[in-house]
Amino acid sequence: MTTIERSVGAGVRRLDGPDKVRGRAPYAYEHELDAQAVFVAIVQSPVARGRITAIDGSGAQAVPGVLAVLTHVDAPRLGEVVEELRVLQSDAVQYAGQPVAVVVAETSEVARDAVGRVRVEYESGDPDVVLSADRDDLYAPEKLMAGFETDSVIGDVDAALAEAPVSVDVVYETPNQHNNPIEMHATVARWDGDVLRMWDANQGPHNLVPVITEAFGITEDQLHITSPYVGGAFGSKAFTHVHQLLAIMAAKVTGRTAKLELTRQQMFSLVGHRTPTIQRLRLGARPDGTLTAISHEVVEHTSQNAEFAEQTATATRLMYAAPARRTTHRLARLDVPAPTIMRAPGEAPGMYALESAMDELAAALGMDPVQLRLRNEPDRDPERDVPWSTRNLVACLTEGAERFGWAGRDHRPGVREEGRWLVGTGVAAATYPTRRRPSQARIEAVPGKPFVVSIDASDIGTGAWTTLTQIAADALRVPMDQVVLRIGDSRLPKASGAGGSTGITSWGPAVVDAAEQLRDRDVPAGGLTVTGSSGPGDEAEQLSSHAFGAHFAEVRVDRDTGEVRVPRMTGVFAAGRIINPVTARSQFLGGMTMGLSMALHEEAVLDTRRGHYANHDLAEYHIAANADVGEVDIAWVDEVDEAHNPLGAKGIGEIGIVGSAAAIGNAYWHATGRRVRDLPITPDKWFR
Amino acid sequence: MDQQITLQVDGARSALTVDTRTSLLDALRERLGTTSAKKGCDHGQCGACTVLLDGRRVNSCLVLAVTAEDAEVTTSDGLAADGPHALHEAFVDHDAYQCGYCTPGQITSAAGVLAEAAQGWPSAVTEDLAAERTELTDAEIRERMSGNLCRCAAYANIVPAVAEVAAAQGVRA
Repeated sequence: MTTIERSVGAGVRRLDGPDKVRGRAPYAYEHELDAQAVFVAIVQSPVARGRITAIDGSGAQAVPGVLAVLTHVDAPRLGEVVEELRVLQSDAVQYAGQPVAVVVAETSEVARDAVGRVRVEYESGDPDVVLSADRDDLYAPEKLMAGFETDSVIGDVDAALAEAPVSVDVVYETPNQHNNPIEMHATVARWDGDVLRMWDANQGPHNLVPVITEAFGITEDQLHITSPYVGGAFGSKAFTHVHQLLAIMAAKVTGRTAKLELTRQQMFSLVGHRTPTIQRLRLGARPDGTLTAISHEVVEHTSQNAEFAEQTATATRLMYAAPARRTTHRLARLDVPAPTIMRAPGEAPGMYALESAMDELAAALGMDPVQLRLRNEPDRDPERDVPWSTRNLVACLTEGAERFGWAGRDHRPGVREEGRWLVGTGVAAATYPTRRRPSQARIEAVPGKPFVVSIDASDIGTGAWTTLTQIAADALRVPMDQVVLRIGDSRLPKASGAGGSTGITSWGPAVVDAAEQLRDRDVPAGGLTVTGSSGPGDEAEQLSSHAFGAHFAEVRVDRDTGEVRVPRMTGVFAAGRIINPVTARSQFLGGMTMGLSMALHEEAVLDTRRGHYANHDLAEYHIAANADVGEVDIAWVDEVDEAHNPLGAKGIGEIGIVGSAAAIGNAYWHATGRRVRDLPITPDKWFR
Repeated sequence: MDQQITLQVDGARSALTVDTRTSLLDALRERLGTTSAKKGCDHGQCGACTVLLDGRRVNSCLVLAVTAEDAEVTTSDGLAADGPHALHEAFVDHDAYQCGYCTPGQITSAAGVLAEAAQGWPSAVTEDLAAERTELTDAEIRERMSGNLCRCAAYANIVPAVAEVAAAQGVRA
């Protein structure tokens, strides 16, 4: 009898690594290289509101190599799709950058050239793109994203705030941010008779199926989407966007394999963004730091063609104990492109504000900000009044403080200088919900051959190729080389998309369920196929389940230039069982670094006169580069939470970004004595 | 206007017809079927398309294909002509990537960095500009690799991966 090493928990190197480092793993645009493909380029509206009064594609059509020019006059009609996807269906213009035509040509050079030769005339009005908290047209959406209630109120918050011996009342602003995965969104589409074949960059092929089948009047059997490798996403590739529909139209009209790759500039208007937020935080406390009131009021934007209501204050509903509490969300409907989800939608901007306000309260109390958080630890979910499945924030704060060297910190701000540098440290807490979504998996067993495990899961860089193989190997009680994994294909068993940190918690249990059906069964010579499934149960109602974490950061600010450096960060997380410590550490690292990027760099600037993004490329929209990042120390506490899945995992893709910007902002204050309450903390803000 | 050219990519010569506007990157990706050089911005801002042109790193999106006719183009895949390059192994071992899309560009860029250091080229953070040999400290690697953006943000893993190979090649203590 051979002993099988457990694969789950081992630091297995990525199975797709050797192909990825050489550049042999094919991403969406790199499929169908031998096809006589045609190339699709998009004509975009320069105006943000109005209508097309005249459009003439003849100049473009006359360019040798151009096969078709499609406009709202002659593009294929789409079935019932949501308003933001009704591309080339009418003369209405609802945001700057909206596609008003596409050119299909034999080469990409010709297609791009011809784009400039499509003549379009518009009737336009002044765009309304400025978000402010005192607009008179703010409204309360019926629900927030993911079904959260728009507002929550417990107790008499205003009275509690008025009576509080110590309080803070502050407003934070976070800017419009863009996901900007390095692989630009791309689609390759071809009609094989009445079957639509697609190779596409997305966060789960099944996510696209309902929209595309409806839009083009086909059945699920007539649609086959393949997406084995995806070059990052962070939310922007979760949903169907207009470019996918345009590529399919181009393939239909030309009868050829159509390739459409958005430009980096186009990604700023066509695949979503994180809404800017204005957040008023009011906290009341007794002199010992016990919170008596929490109020978190959010103003954010959505677009004319969609209601996207980000759940910015929902983490505040559970983070700390307090008898009186209120959260509200109000939207302004502006002439902007539709927002979308971006890594930790809700939690990332919301926890930036709450955790910054907690730091300000600690300063007002003259208290250690770690102690303030420990003082207000709730023993049950304070709003839902249900038990935690597991909550180990205290352990994260305690271990993080130890690793970072927090003890003995002088809490006074602006008193440490090293030459030109002002030095400070900061802390913030993190949380992200745990849940699972319905998924199915199939296992084919043939004597003497590896098991073939199939599930339409998606690896957008998370490591799912590797971690799902580890989970399957353990569930089947075989070494990893006895498992062949298949993911990223709409013809595989339906699974949830990669999003909401639910990949492993949703897909893993489906694979385990299938494996358990094979256990103790003799596999006949002809082979045996089993299907497993998994989905949420009563636990979501009965328990409050979240991952938690603590961030610590050191910040240095150049007194002469305002330059901000982050030489070291520590993150400690309580996120359930860690399937693979190597890929998990990378996810925490990536999230923390994206939080640094949010704190110091990222801001998409809307031109208020024309309504377009003025800095729509990677030279002007800054994301963290290598030299921006210093030492990053990452750890996790031992935690297994089997309330939601038999693996005991919680999901780790997003919690790293939650709170890390606040830790940096708090360290900036500790270094300088100045609060910057509007991200990003760019050098110019030192001089105002 | 079309032009017939010959490109030498990863040791193989290919004759092809390109539009004179075709970038080296698009020639690789849309004419030659090479997948190792990636497009992340098409404007020289992200570094995903980095290749070695006669041994020096360039953004291939900023090079016109017709100007590369007499040059030797090397992608990350071409570095593996004799089996995986030490950088390939170090990137896998240090998990110096997640989605993998910027990775071939990171690796060709790192190969360029190693060659530049061996030749004593200073960077913006080099203190002794006259030194004959450049020591690839962590700060030097961070600076020199900052033309290659990684949105998954594997930077803190890329630095030790490059450092390991630098040490093996004698450009780091």
